[in-house]
Amino acid sequence: MAQRVSTASKKSTQVSARVIKNLHERMVRIRLFETEAGKLMEAGKLPGFLHLYVGQEAVAAGVMAALRDDDQITSTHRGHGHAVAKGVGFREMYAELYGRVTGACLGRGGSMHINDLTRGMLGANGIVGAGVPIAVGAAFAARYKGEDNVAVTFFGDGATNIGAWHEGANMAAILGLPVVFVCENNGYAEFTPQSGHMLLTDVADRAAAYGMPSVIVDGMDAAAVHRAAVEAVERARSGAGPMMIEAKTYRFFDHQGVKGLRHPYRSDEEVAQWKARDPIDLLEVRAVADGIATRAELDDVWQRTRDEIAEAIAYAEASPLPDPADLLLNVYSG
Amino acid sequence: MTTTTEAPALTPVAAPRKLSYVKAFNEGLAQAMREDENVFVAGEDVAGYGGVFRMFDNLLDEFGPRRMIDTPISEAALVGLGVGAAARGLRPVVDLMFMDFIGVCLDQIVNQAAKMKYMFGGALSVPLTITTASGAGLGAAAQHSQSLEAWLAHVPGLKVVMPSDAYTAKGLTVSAIRDDNPVVIMLNKVLLGSTSEVPEEIYGIPLGQAHTARHGSDVTVIALGRMVGEALAAAEELAAEGVEIEVIDPRSVQPLDTETMFASVRRTNRVLVVHEAVTFGGLGAEIAAQIQDSVFDYLDAPVLRIGAPFSPVPFSPVLENAYVPDRARIAQGCRRLLERS
Ligand SMILES: Cc1ncc(C[n+]2csc(CCOP(=O)(O)OP(=O)(O)O)c2C)c(N)n1
Repeated sequence: MAQRVSTASKKSTQVSARVIKNLHERMVRIRLFETEAGKLMEAGKLPGFLHLYVGQEAVAAGVMAALRDDDQITSTHRGHGHAVAKGVGFREMYAELYGRVTGACLGRGGSMHINDLTRGMLGANGIVGAGVPIAVGAAFAARYKGEDNVAVTFFGDGATNIGAWHEGANMAAILGLPVVFVCENNGYAEFTPQSGHMLLTDVADRAAAYGMPSVIVDGMDAAAVHRAAVEAVERARSGAGPMMIEAKTYRFFDHQGVKGLRHPYRSDEEVAQWKARDPIDLLEVRAVADGIATRAELDDVWQRTRDEIAEAIAYAEASPLPDPADLLLNVYSG
Repeated sequence: MTTTTEAPALTPVAAPRKLSYVKAFNEGLAQAMREDENVFVAGEDVAGYGGVFRMFDNLLDEFGPRRMIDTPISEAALVGLGVGAAARGLRPVVDLMFMDFIGVCLDQIVNQAAKMKYMFGGALSVPLTITTASGAGLGAAAQHSQSLEAWLAHVPGLKVVMPSDAYTAKGLTVSAIRDDNPVVIMLNKVLLGSTSEVPEEIYGIPLGQAHTARHGSDVTVIALGRMVGEALAAAEELAAEGVEIEVIDPRSVQPLDTETMFASVRRTNRVLVVHEAVTFGGLGAEIAAQIQDSVFDYLDAPVLRIGAPFSPVPFSPVLENAYVPDRARIAQGCRRLLERS
């Protein structure tokens, strides 16, 4: 039976003022990217599907702040937050949502397939659970090549019901690979609550089945996620093998898009309770109370990001569409 | 050539009533569930939510949680559940939401469901129905837009149907559920809201019986799924030019009713096959080969195929529109065929 690791007892309990500001900025960037994307979709400007990440920002920010640029991540259908936090630019992300040739996938991929190798972003993924074995492969490559980067795979509670997840977890464990498994447990798989798709309360218990240590954190507390991530990443980087972090979090919008709950699969009270623990509000209140940042400094982050986003959307809208003559581009290499 | 199943008589249309494709599917499924207590439905968000495409709306209310089952995101286990239950005499309907997801459960479909009867020496049958939504046109990109009928139609033991309108959606659904073999129903995402006349009573459309959607003397267009509507639109366009197109909707691609196609070719002497899937290795190749095998002497021109280019489905609407065959390309193909000899 694998151990449950407690982050509270570790030396890295304290998070520096610099890291708090870093986490704040990453979360604001995700929040604004997402809310603006949601507006664009409601205005009918974006084709395809849009799975918004709003509410879960503390997880992407907390984990990514523990990574280097050359560390790799694999993401999910809800991948914008991971991409933004890993440093993928607003311009290429919005351009991709618009289907422009300047987009992250040259307009071929859309929301569910955003990637950026220069940032170690090995892709959002339209197939639930599919990113897990890919991260295991990336971690394998790192060790094979004698490099010390790690791979992090993000997945939801629902994804841990897929065979690929289990095979990936066992493979990572038995090969002792530098992979960090990050479960963003928002309590739902589409419209099915966790209690309707598994009998476990803690997804982290699944790690134990493969001999993988795990830790459960408050996914609305970016500092707590960050501490756990630093530990898991250091562990993996040092050669001690994989570890799982389960972050309990919540998505504020619907499974897909912004509105349209045709079926009340969660109560207004439940949504309100989680929104009262908005991860950005929580961090801002604490940062001001602890004298880490003034309100004006925090507001400045929002304003700068807003400006950057407005510019990126304008860039996307002004970008050319792909040329249908290039339909077969990149189907094969060479 | 494949054999056709025996055709139950079609109930004639009593009073014309229009229904959407997705509602027609839903009605056929509900009626089949009323008809046979052994029919149950399992899939992700099919019960409480009614399915992401509203395919299963209201069925939980009528049939309850014993027969409408929400499952975890575990497609291999989901299809396997259907195989095992079918082997023990139930008639499962399992839903795969997007056709692309068959990638994660292909073994259960191809190696288990399809072969079980054969490997058991005929001692059992697998009356499993798999429902799924296929096709491009919604900007759903490379992992949510494919038409993979050629993969499945290639596997002995499986049947594959592609409803082209609301009427066929209901009739093929009923027949698939009544059929004693594993049948995959490929609903087309773009057609979900489209309406046509649908009889209220339960009726089946025989699997393996093609339908001549339009009679014409100059070119036979054999169109799959959503392409039937595009072909009919192309036929209107060409009729204005004095060209009469015959449109054949195979409705089921495995088994495939080649006789109806051959008969048409003997009359028109020119054939165009059109499908949404990539042209290479698609059903167009199979249909063209069978036509050349059997009615070569009647052809005035080589069989022409229209399908998608050999690429994953692109996201950007400008690329996706260029990717999926449409009425203009079909009309153009017919003109090319008529220019020969
Ligand atoms: C293999 C596969 N099955 C089903 C789906 C449809 N689908 C997309 S997201 C989703 C729910 C995922 O739930 P979870 O992993 O908890 O992630 P969350 O949406 O909560 O972030 C489902 C069922 C899919 N994309 N891929």
